[in-house]
Amino acid sequence: MRKRFYYIIICLITSLSLFGFNLSDKNEDKAKAGKKEDHCITCHKEMENMPKDFSENNVHLHANLTCASCHGGDPNSADQESAMNPAKGFIGIPKRKDIPKLCGKCHSNIDYMRTYQPRIATDQVEQYYTSMHGKKLLAGDENVAECTSCHTAHNIMPVKDPRSTVYKLNIPNTCNKCHGNTDMMKKYNLPGNPLEEYTKSVHGEALLKNKDLGAPACNDCHGNHGAMPPGITSISHVCGICHASNMEYFNSSKMAKVFQEQDFHGCEQCHGNHAIQKPNDNMIGDDKESKCNDCHSKGDAGFDASVKIKGLLVNLKNKYDDANAKYLEVKQKGMNDVEIGFLLQDAKQALIQSRTLIHTFDTAKVGTRTDDGIGISEKASVLAQKEIDEYYTRRNGFAAATFAFLIFAVALYFKIKEKNIKKKVG
Amino acid sequence: MKNIGSKLIAWIDERYDLTPVRNLLEHKKVPVHKHSIWYYMGGVTLFLFMIQLFTGILLLLYYRPGEDSAYESVRFIVTNVKFGWLIRNVHSWSANLLVLFAFIHMFSVFFSKAYEKPRELTWVTGFIILIFTLAFGFSGYLLPWNELAFFATKVGTDIVGVIPIIGEPLKVFLRGGEDVTGATLSRFFGIHVAVLPAIFTFFLALHLLFIQRQGMHEPEHFKNLPEEKKKYIPFFPDFALKDLLLWVVVFNVLIFLALYFPWELGNKADAFTPAPAGIRPEWYFMFMFQSLKLLPAHIIFIEGELLGILFFGVAGFVWMLIPYIKIKNKPNWKIQPLALIGIIIVSFIVVMTVLGYLL
Amino acid sequence: MQIDRRKFLNILLGIGGIGGVLAIIYPVLSFLNPPKSAEPKVNSVKAGLNNDFPANSSKIIKFGRQPVILIKTEDNQLKALSASCTHLDCIVQYRQDTKQIWCACHNGTYDLNGRNISGPPPKPLEEYEVKVVKDEIVITKAG
Repeated sequence: MRKRFYYIIICLITSLSLFGFNLSDKNEDKAKAGKKEDHCITCHKEMENMPKDFSENNVHLHANLTCASCHGGDPNSADQESAMNPAKGFIGIPKRKDIPKLCGKCHSNIDYMRTYQPRIATDQVEQYYTSMHGKKLLAGDENVAECTSCHTAHNIMPVKDPRSTVYKLNIPNTCNKCHGNTDMMKKYNLPGNPLEEYTKSVHGEALLKNKDLGAPACNDCHGNHGAMPPGITSISHVCGICHASNMEYFNSSKMAKVFQEQDFHGCEQCHGNHAIQKPNDNMIGDDKESKCNDCHSKGDAGFDASVKIKGLLVNLKNKYDDANAKYLEVKQKGMNDVEIGFLLQDAKQALIQSRTLIHTFDTAKVGTRTDDGIGISEKASVLAQKEIDEYYTRRNGFAAATFAFLIFAVALYFKIKEKNIKKKVG
Repeated sequence: MKNIGSKLIAWIDERYDLTPVRNLLEHKKVPVHKHSIWYYMGGVTLFLFMIQLFTGILLLLYYRPGEDSAYESVRFIVTNVKFGWLIRNVHSWSANLLVLFAFIHMFSVFFSKAYEKPRELTWVTGFIILIFTLAFGFSGYLLPWNELAFFATKVGTDIVGVIPIIGEPLKVFLRGGEDVTGATLSRFFGIHVAVLPAIFTFFLALHLLFIQRQGMHEPEHFKNLPEEKKKYIPFFPDFALKDLLLWVVVFNVLIFLALYFPWELGNKADAFTPAPAGIRPEWYFMFMFQSLKLLPAHIIFIEGELLGILFFGVAGFVWMLIPYIKIKNKPNWKIQPLALIGIIIVSFIVVMTVLGYLL
Repeated sequence: MQIDRRKFLNILLGIGGIGGVLAIIYPVLSFLNPPKSAEPKVNSVKAGLNNDFPANSSKIIKFGRQPVILIKTEDNQLKALSASCTHLDCIVQYRQDTKQIWCACHNGTYDLNGRNISGPPPKPLEEYEVKVVKDEIVITKAG
C-alpha cells in the first residue's frame, strides 16, 4: 500500500517535467512486457541494501533466475515479513560450508542444466570435493575457497566473458585474492607470492603481458574445481599438455627412471614452478647456472655429455644469429630477402628442435639436428652475403658510371667554352 | 675518327643530297639572353620521354599483365632480373621527372608569352601532350598491381564517375566493368603501352615540327633590342651540345634517384582487404584531389565534387585556348593581368599540393 | 699549347663518352639476358607429381613468403594449409598416427580442415586451394 502511495505521488510531481515523461514511459514499457516485478530487488534497491558485488550482467539474472532461486523466500510478495519468511524457504545468507551444495542443486543436475546449456559440465561440485579447497571445507575450515570465492556471488559471468573473474586473463588475480595473502597462507605453510613469481615467469609474461590466451594460467596446471598442487608423478604430464615433445623425450630417456628413484620433481627439478623462465643454453654444460651440475660433476659421463650438448647448441645458435643479422641487413637494405627468410625459418625450427632434443640427453640425437640447422644457417648466410655484396656492387657501379659521365660532361663543358672563345676571336 | 665521319657524310651527301637536312639543322638559331635557361626545359622533357620509351620497351620483355601475374612479374623484374631494379626505378623516376619538367616547360612558355601568334598551335599541341603525359602516369601507376595503386585507381576512376551523363559509362569503360578488377588492369595496360604512345608520338611530332618551322620564340625585351645587340647561337651544334650536357647531368641524377630512392613495390592488391591508410594519388594529381576534398558536399544544389570536376575541366579547356584569349595590358599595373593569373594558378597548385601532403 | 689542349679535351671526351655508353649498354644487355629462374612466381605453386606423393603423408611447400603444408590423406584427398602455427609461428606437421595437424612447440592440434581443435592455437590455419593438373599438384591461394 505504502509503495503505491509513493508511486502516485511521484507520478503527480514529475509528470509535468520531461523526466517524468521518461519515467512513466519506462513503467509503461515494463507493464507492456508483462514482466513480473521482483520485489526483492525493488525493495533492496530502495533501501540501498543491495549486495556489494551485484551486477546487472549476472548470468543468473539473464537466465531469469531470481534472488529467491538461491536465497529462497517469495519474490512476489511486497511485504517483508512474508517475502523473507523461512517457512517459504528463505535461508538468508548461506553459510560457506553449504555453498557448494547450494550451487550443486542446479549445477550438478544435468537434466536441469541442459535446459540452459545442453553441453555444460555438471561435475564441478564433485570435482570440488576432491580438491584441497573442498577437503578442507568439509573438515570445517571456513577460510578456504568455495564457489563464490572465485565466481563471486552476484556477479557471475561465463568463462568466455572478459569481464568475468574466471576469464583466463583474470584468473591469476582471482586466485591471488587469497593466495597472495601472506598471513593467511602462512597457516597452510604456503608461500604468499605465487602471482608475483608467475608474473615474472615466461608463462605469466605470455598471458598477462602479451595476452596470449594459449599460455597457461593457474588453473591450467593446478586444475580449477579440482584444484590441487600437481604431485611428483603428474608434473611432467601437466607440463606435457603443451610441451609434448619434451615430455615424450624425457620419459623415454634413462634419466626418467633415475628421477623417479630419487623422488625428483620431474620438469620442476630443473625449470622451477611459478617463476619458470624461458630456458637458456646456460642451463646445461659447465656454466654456473647449469642444472646438470646439481648432480653431475667434472669427470663423469653426464657432465661430459652436457658440455658436449651445450657446445652443439651454442654453435648452432651462433651460426643462426650470424645469418639472422645478415638477413636483417639484407632486409634493411631493401634487397631480395624471401629465400633467406625461408631458410632462416627452417634454421630456427632446427634450433628449437635441438633444444627440445636435450631432453633425450643423447648427444648423437642433438648433434644430428644441430648439424642440419648449422647447414641451413650457413646456406642462409651465404645467400645473404651475396645480396649484401650486390648492394655494394650497385653503388660501386653507380660510382663508376657517374665518373664516366662526369668526365664526359666536364670535357663537353670545356669544348663548348672553347668553341665560344674561338668564335669571339674569329 | 673525324675523317671517317666526314667521309661517310660526304658519301651519303653525294648520293642523297643532304642539303635539306643541313638547312633544317642550320636554320634554327637560339637567342641568348638572361632567360635563356628556359629554352632547355622542353629538351629535358623530350629526353625523359625518350628514356620512358626505352625503359618501357625493356620492361615489356618481362612484365606480364594479369591479376595473378602483374605483381609477381614486377617483383620478378625487381628481384631476379639483372638490373631489373634499375630499369624499373628509372622508369618510375623518369615518369615523375617528366611530368615535373613538362609543367615547368609549360609555365615558362606561359610567362614568357611564347604561345602568342604565330605559335598558338604549338601551345595547343603542347597542352594535349601534357594531358596524355598525365594519362600515361595514371595508367602506368596501376600496372604493378599493388595495394596503393589499386586503391588510388579506384578513387581516381570514382571521380570520373561523378561527371553527369557521360561519367558513369566512362567509368565503366575505364574499369572494364563496375569495379577495378583484372579487367581494368588489362585495359590500362593496353592504353599505357599501345594507345597512348601512338597518340602521344603524333602530337609530339607535330609539336616539334612546329618549333622547327617557326624557330625559337624571342621574348619582348629581346625583340626590342637593336639588331646589332641581339645575340644568337646556332641550334646545331652549339645549343644541341649544351642540351646534351644537361641531359647527361639529368641522366646521372636519374640513376642516382633510382638507386638511392627506389620505388617501393608494397603489397599485392587485394580487393577484399580494407584500403590501407594514406591512399593518395600521385603528386601531380594531388592539387586536384585535394581541392575536390576541400569542397563542401553541396554548393547550391550541385554536388561539390561535381562542381570541382567541371571547374577543372573548364579551366583546363580555357588554359588550352589561352593563345586565342585577348587580355588587354594595363600600362599602369605593376604586374600585368595575365602574369597575375599565371601566378595565382601556380600558387594554387603549389598550395593545394602542399596541403594535400600535410593534411 | 692550344692544340695539345684540344687533343686532351678530345681524348677526355672520348673516354667519358665510351665510358658513359658502356655504363648504359652493360645494364641493358644484362637486363635482356633472361635470368635462370625464368618463370616469375605467380599466385600458384607447383608441388610435384601427384603419383609420387604417397597417401597419409605431407610435405612443406614454399608459397611466396609463406610455408604451406600439403597433405595427402589416407583416402587420397589433397589438402593445403598454411604451415605457420597461429600460436607462435612454429611450422606445423602432419601426424600420420592421429591424422591431425600438430604443432610440436606447444602441442597445438588442428584437424585436416585447419580448424584449431586443441591446445594454444587461437585461430584456424589459412586454407589454400589444391588442384591436380595432368598429375601435377598445383596450390593456389583460396578466394
